[in-house]
Amino acid sequence: MCALKEALSPVNIKTIKDICQSYNNNAGNLINILHRVQEEFGYLPIEVQEAVARELSISVAKIYGVVSFYTFFTMKPKGKYPISVCLGTACYVRGSEPILEELKKTLAINVGETTPDGFFSLDSLRCVGACGLAPVVIVGEKVYGRVEVHDIGKILSEYK
Amino acid sequence: MEKIKLTIDKRTVEVEKGTTVYQAAKQIGVNIPVLCYMNLGHLGIENRPGGCRVCVVEVEGRKNLAPSCSTLCTEGMVVKTNSPRVLNARKTVLELILSDHPKDCLVCAKSGNCELQELAIKLGIREIPGEKYSEMSTYRPDTSPSIIRDLDKCVMCRRCETMCNKVQTVGALNAINRGFMAVVAPAFERNLENSPCTFCGQCVAVCPTGALTEVNHTNQLIRALADPTKTVVVQTAPAVRAALGEEFGMEPGTLVTGKMAAALRTLGFDYVFDTDFAADLTIMEEGTELLNRIGKFLEGDKDVKLPILTSCCPAWVNFFECNYPDMLDVPSTARSPQQMFGSVAKAYLADKLGVKREDMVVVSIMPCLAKKYECQRDEFKIDGNPDVDFSISTRELAALIKGANISFTSLPDEDFDNPLGESTGAAVIFGATGGVIEAAVRTAYEVFTKKKLDRVDFTELRGLEGIRSASIDFNGTTINIGIAHGLGNARKLLDGIRAGMYNFHAIEIMACPGGCIGGGGQPYHHGNSEIIKARHQAIYREDAEKPIRKSHENPYIVKLYEEFLGSPMSEKAHHLLHTHYFDKSKQKQD
Repeated sequence: MCALKEALSPVNIKTIKDICQSYNNNAGNLINILHRVQEEFGYLPIEVQEAVARELSISVAKIYGVVSFYTFFTMKPKGKYPISVCLGTACYVRGSEPILEELKKTLAINVGETTPDGFFSLDSLRCVGACGLAPVVIVGEKVYGRVEVHDIGKILSEYK
Repeated sequence: MEKIKLTIDKRTVEVEKGTTVYQAAKQIGVNIPVLCYMNLGHLGIENRPGGCRVCVVEVEGRKNLAPSCSTLCTEGMVVKTNSPRVLNARKTVLELILSDHPKDCLVCAKSGNCELQELAIKLGIREIPGEKYSEMSTYRPDTSPSIIRDLDKCVMCRRCETMCNKVQTVGALNAINRGFMAVVAPAFERNLENSPCTFCGQCVAVCPTGALTEVNHTNQLIRALADPTKTVVVQTAPAVRAALGEEFGMEPGTLVTGKMAAALRTLGFDYVFDTDFAADLTIMEEGTELLNRIGKFLEGDKDVKLPILTSCCPAWVNFFECNYPDMLDVPSTARSPQQMFGSVAKAYLADKLGVKREDMVVVSIMPCLAKKYECQRDEFKIDGNPDVDFSISTRELAALIKGANISFTSLPDEDFDNPLGESTGAAVIFGATGGVIEAAVRTAYEVFTKKKLDRVDFTELRGLEGIRSASIDFNGTTINIGIAHGLGNARKLLDGIRAGMYNFHAIEIMACPGGCIGGGGQPYHHGNSEIIKARHQAIYREDAEKPIRKSHENPYIVKLYEEFLGSPMSEKAHHLLHTHYFDKSKQKQD
């Protein structure tokens, strides 16, 4: 993951070129390419989408169409530790909503936002396939099961 | 071709393999209602996302209803297109679409021409169940110099997306977001003006509802007509006369040149002139530029830019400014006929009439929406006063005539006024693909060879094929000509030139399929290619009937050069009739 300024640096452009090339600049692989690019940059700002459009010789409107369709893709930078709260049926009935509310309150951000220090970002998702552990919260790559509201402070403190 | 037999509404039909149920039904006269489906046979393009579900039918043995537009016929298939189950589902589908559609039909710009409205009438929709509780999706409206996007009225048929991407390869529009928020928009929901849009208007031409409409200038026009201090001058493009009649129930391909002139006079224009006059002028300038470049090329000048590209089409100009900024010195510098007319009217005519520039209002009637943008370009203004004040479409003119309660079909034929109303057959064919270059050849041949042309009709340059080429013998010198219409075809040709594939001397490009006769401001043809063909034939019929058919023989053009301009490409001509292009590849951001 690397920080992005307004305009793309030659290194950034090379990264995008290399990723597109590894898929033979084939627009049919657009979703895979965007996944790889987002992995690299953390998000897909306008300049990055424009660069991908140039490499694949397709319109940037088409790329934005895909980016805005799939919730996985984001145009906003995520925090260093992205937090996701599962709102799938099992987690929801076992109380994930109050957990989400607690996170919003503690971090003072809304869903889809990032804390000013760039540490945490907050998202909701639908079912991670760990319903037995409901309710589930994911921080970065780590999955926390059977979370309760009063656990939140402890979980967050692991990352400070 | 393999044949398939199936039953539709108890009738046996035999169709080729690969035929859809919708097409098969059409063969036996059963017109299944559609909304998103659009078949542009003449372009080989079909839009069938299968999204609206209005065209559903019942297929025996299939559990759910099938969208007929995208379901292929199979051997022995039994289809019902009007069973109670089908009719009920169709109605429900439409009610659901309407539940998220504004109900301001009475004041909608598309009223009377709206396919959604037609469907609602056809299916007898009288109420929308649950309307009180239904949520409406709303979007920020977007007004550009040519096109208005009111996406509250978008039904996601995605026809505009097909035109913009598959036919025109402009890539300004795409479906974005998902579910209830899904809509067709430029990248990052920017305004159309800050996208690669060329304002060709082909999206407006196919939009079934009022989601995409033209910017309407008729109110401004009426105010100008009502203002006694203004001298209001009108010019009409060649393609308008071949299509305007359709708006009044006349057969497609009916020429209404005389009635149109009479109607404009009745509407109160002070002078009724013809863009065709300026088309003749364009040929004088563009033809001379072509011959200059070819002359230099034959003398061995390595820097001369060939092929020369025509520059009459404003959407095409926008297209190359945005996509081919490395080739800005290739197109002719000649302004479009609309702009040449405006420039001559406000410099030459105003002076002749003793009218001040700011008291003259020049209006153009165009088959085109990009012309609205073109006349607002800064380089066509003097101290903020535009050469052409506003441009209205063929459709807007029709609405104006209807609104003024003029019985168009019973009007007598009248002539244009002079001096800017006289034109030749060469000018009329500007309205069809291949026409500009044929007109240029007629003049260039005689100027180049100093011989009289025996055969005026260059049929090898005519036709409706997307990309065409021909070689013309200029008395021993072969001139290679390329023609493309539709921006997708233009792109193919341009990419070929960039790669050094062709050795054309001159290329004509028109942004709209068919040329101006298929323009974004013309009466809606709803994808019926027969209408385009009829307009095409009408244009050539008008040419054949003209007593003078070569631009340089137009006596008023000769006089204009004698009295005012000097010679083609003179300093004065350069100042008034030529332009320059800009790199617009970097899009502005909102």
